[in-house]
Amino acid sequence: MTNLRPRSCGCSKLLGLLFVLAVIVASVAVALAQQTHSNEELLALSGEAGSSGGRMVVSLRAEPKTLNPVVATDAPSQEVIGTMQADLVHINRATHLTEPALAKSWKVSSDGLDYTLTLRQGLRFSDGEPLDAEDVLFTLRVYLDEGVHAPQRDLLIVGGKPITVTKINAQTLVFHFAKPYGVGERVFDGLAILPRHLLEKTYQEGKLGQIGSLSTPANQWAGLGPFRLKEYVAGQRLILERNPYYWKTDTQGHRLPYLNELVFLFVPSADAQVLRFQSGETDVISRLGAENFSVLARQQRGYTMADAGPGLEYNFLFFNLNDLGDKTAPETARKQKWFRDVQFRQAVSAAVDREAIVRLVYQGRGAALWGPVTPGNRRWIDAAIPHPARSLDKARQLLRDAGFRWTNEAQGEPALVDAEGKPVEFSILTSSSNADRTKMATLIQDDLKQLGMRVQVVPLEFRSLIDRVTQSKEYDACVLGLVSFDADPNSDINVWLSSGGTHLWNPSQEHPATPWEAEMDRLMVAQLTATNSEQRKKLYDRVQEILAENQPMIFLASPDILVGAKNTIGNFHPAVLEPYVLWNVDQLYLRSGAENAGR
Amino acid sequence: MIRRRKLAKWLAVLVALHGVIACAGFVAPYDPVAQDRQHPYAPPSKLHFLDKQGRVHIRPFLYPLRMREGLFNQYEEETARTILLKFFVDGSRYKLLGLVPCRLHLFGVDDARVYLLGSDGYGRDQLARILYGGQVSLLAGWLGAGITLFLGFGIGAIAGYYGGWRDEILMRFAELFLALPWLYLLFGLRAFLPLSVSPLESFLLIVVVSGTLGWARPARLVRSVVLSAKERDFVRAARGFGASDQYLLRRHIFPETSSLLMTQATILVPQYVLAEMTLSFLGLGVPEPVASWGNLLGNLQQYSVLMSYWWMYLPALVIVPFFLCYLGLASALQEWANFSKIEG
Repeated sequence: MTNLRPRSCGCSKLLGLLFVLAVIVASVAVALAQQTHSNEELLALSGEAGSSGGRMVVSLRAEPKTLNPVVATDAPSQEVIGTMQADLVHINRATHLTEPALAKSWKVSSDGLDYTLTLRQGLRFSDGEPLDAEDVLFTLRVYLDEGVHAPQRDLLIVGGKPITVTKINAQTLVFHFAKPYGVGERVFDGLAILPRHLLEKTYQEGKLGQIGSLSTPANQWAGLGPFRLKEYVAGQRLILERNPYYWKTDTQGHRLPYLNELVFLFVPSADAQVLRFQSGETDVISRLGAENFSVLARQQRGYTMADAGPGLEYNFLFFNLNDLGDKTAPETARKQKWFRDVQFRQAVSAAVDREAIVRLVYQGRGAALWGPVTPGNRRWIDAAIPHPARSLDKARQLLRDAGFRWTNEAQGEPALVDAEGKPVEFSILTSSSNADRTKMATLIQDDLKQLGMRVQVVPLEFRSLIDRVTQSKEYDACVLGLVSFDADPNSDINVWLSSGGTHLWNPSQEHPATPWEAEMDRLMVAQLTATNSEQRKKLYDRVQEILAENQPMIFLASPDILVGAKNTIGNFHPAVLEPYVLWNVDQLYLRSGAENAGR
Repeated sequence: MIRRRKLAKWLAVLVALHGVIACAGFVAPYDPVAQDRQHPYAPPSKLHFLDKQGRVHIRPFLYPLRMREGLFNQYEEETARTILLKFFVDGSRYKLLGLVPCRLHLFGVDDARVYLLGSDGYGRDQLARILYGGQVSLLAGWLGAGITLFLGFGIGAIAGYYGGWRDEILMRFAELFLALPWLYLLFGLRAFLPLSVSPLESFLLIVVVSGTLGWARPARLVRSVVLSAKERDFVRAARGFGASDQYLLRRHIFPETSSLLMTQATILVPQYVLAEMTLSFLGLGVPEPVASWGNLLGNLQQYSVLMSYWWMYLPALVIVPFFLCYLGLASALQEWANFSKIEG
């Protein structure tokens, strides 16, 4: 036999030796690490087992404002935080039911006032620090602190009193509610558990609201979600990496998540997102408009498009019903006299062609709405709410009853005038970045023209629009949309309570301005504490009926959830609850042979 | 003679094009803001001469469009029914040239809609929108150019004729104006205006602002012509005979600038049409539902429109003959002016 030993030099021998040493050291370290984690109670997820590795690229409409779950209110921030943080009990986006998360189990006392939660053993934050009951106590303290202004705070006040927590031992906590809480354990969804070891000092200094910017060094930020901070490039992208301490596994015992990296690209416009997805730069796309969806569906190349059905977004028109007292401009006061008249609002509602909105704006991929609960939310929609067809005659009758009349202008087109003979003219604000809503407003403009109303559509940059609606309150009417984050009515409590900041037509009232708003307040509070779900449904049905009678919001339509993903993405199961695609980001994986794995 | 014929040719085409735009109400079968919600993004109607049975019709006809089942932007022709294209039919009300109330349209069909250039996302007739949009855009161009020339001529003549410190100040001022980033200025100006501006107000805003901002370049040109004219022998002679400034300007100097002004006008009109289009495209121009060429092109900002509906590009094509004629006229004018100068 010939000697097949390759020629070697001393240098490569040394390298070989080093390599062997490195392998030994690494395997010992892994063994040690496994030993320390042997008492971990991991959550095994059912579903297709995937393969590890690779990176997935997702586009975000805007740069997230913060990584801090305590202060995040914008959608991009919430989407990113959702992949970096975890909650005690989680609502499964596919089944809409609760399931164990950081708490492996929970027990409810017979009076419905005490929830005993047991945490998983061996949980660690993404920086390796262990989690215990103290972190949960700290988290609740932070969310309930009025000085922090956490958006979650309202949900944690039951019967006028905040939830109290007591620690039984390092693994067990008891949450005490002052009154039975209708939502039950759903309240824990979205309450990201905060790392006390990183945040306590800042909190005591009263600066918790100011930290968590995207440029935070990766080693000073931690969570319990599937991914952790890696790198941020201002104006371009945010890169998250796999959290090695994540507490879920797949059916075969592999620790999730599968992906090594999750990249959020900041792509400001919907069209640019479509282009990036089409060119293969991003792996998934969500929040698609119907027209872009049909463009992508028509030329499918290596990706799959999915229509997940009607989501929880509801679009509506509302009028400025704020009472600014002496500060009201006479012009606005004159218009508000019409807007406050329920018959006027009913007439507008009767004149709106909702079917046309679904057809022209959503190309049929949506549903007409007569209330805030969409057909996608089968459990909570009130089937008794009438769906009157569009009727200009009815609208004219309502206006006539309310004292409006028509004059024949010189051009021959009748113009609507109020009792004082002033022509009915107003403007509708829309967000200039949202073509769908601008289109809705333009359709409404034409609908109302047939009633003799002169309407202007004013597209405004989104932030200045929100500023006008909630701060300066200088506007006539506005077309907006809201997305419930959960199917439960509690997710919209801020919209229906007259004291709520999202009670858009007249936000943050000290006392309800009208009897029907007072009744809605009463009903919303009552459903909050009703334990019987049938009773809650009855109460919420009444809220929907009041809305339909009084039309403070004229509900228009709800789009289907339209998403797409490359064929190489495994476990792609879009949901109608946000985040539509990333809700199971810990289970998403790149199919083997995926050419973009090394990108 | 050839030059004059060339000039006449361009002028005739231009007048014809403007005539069509001016009579938009007559040429277009429908009102430009009338929505047909059953036919969003309908493709241009196909005119047929040959029917299914193979018979030839002298008068063109079309088949009604029907949305394809389950799809909301694709259509198929219903060949069971033919619809004859009729000429000189009564239809929606309009005012001919903005004055004479009228109902007569060049063509139309009974109980269906004909879209020679397709329809937009609201089922509005593209042909009508292009023609009516032309009225807005061209008027903005004309008025804008008029304001600019008026200002530029006045300022340029003063600077050139009187010279001295007046010239210094005016020309430095002109340089300042040339350096202004006018688009940002308009953005800023729009922010100061009340929230909802009626179409007429925003139209006037565009015209006045773009008109006033553009005076510097023509002013410099006029100034240079005036400068050279006032030193010419016959002007000096007239001054020597005691002619007043007014007389000199009117009799000797202004006629010298006439060809320059005409050429400038033909160049400036398309420029201002383009300015209006830019502003409307960016959403600063006349608001929906009023049509203008910029608004029509604004639809193309949406990727889905760009990819799906080719007839939405047509407004961009329509501009081409207009601009071509204006520039052709400008060069013909220039040639003619040079020639007559040599002859004279």
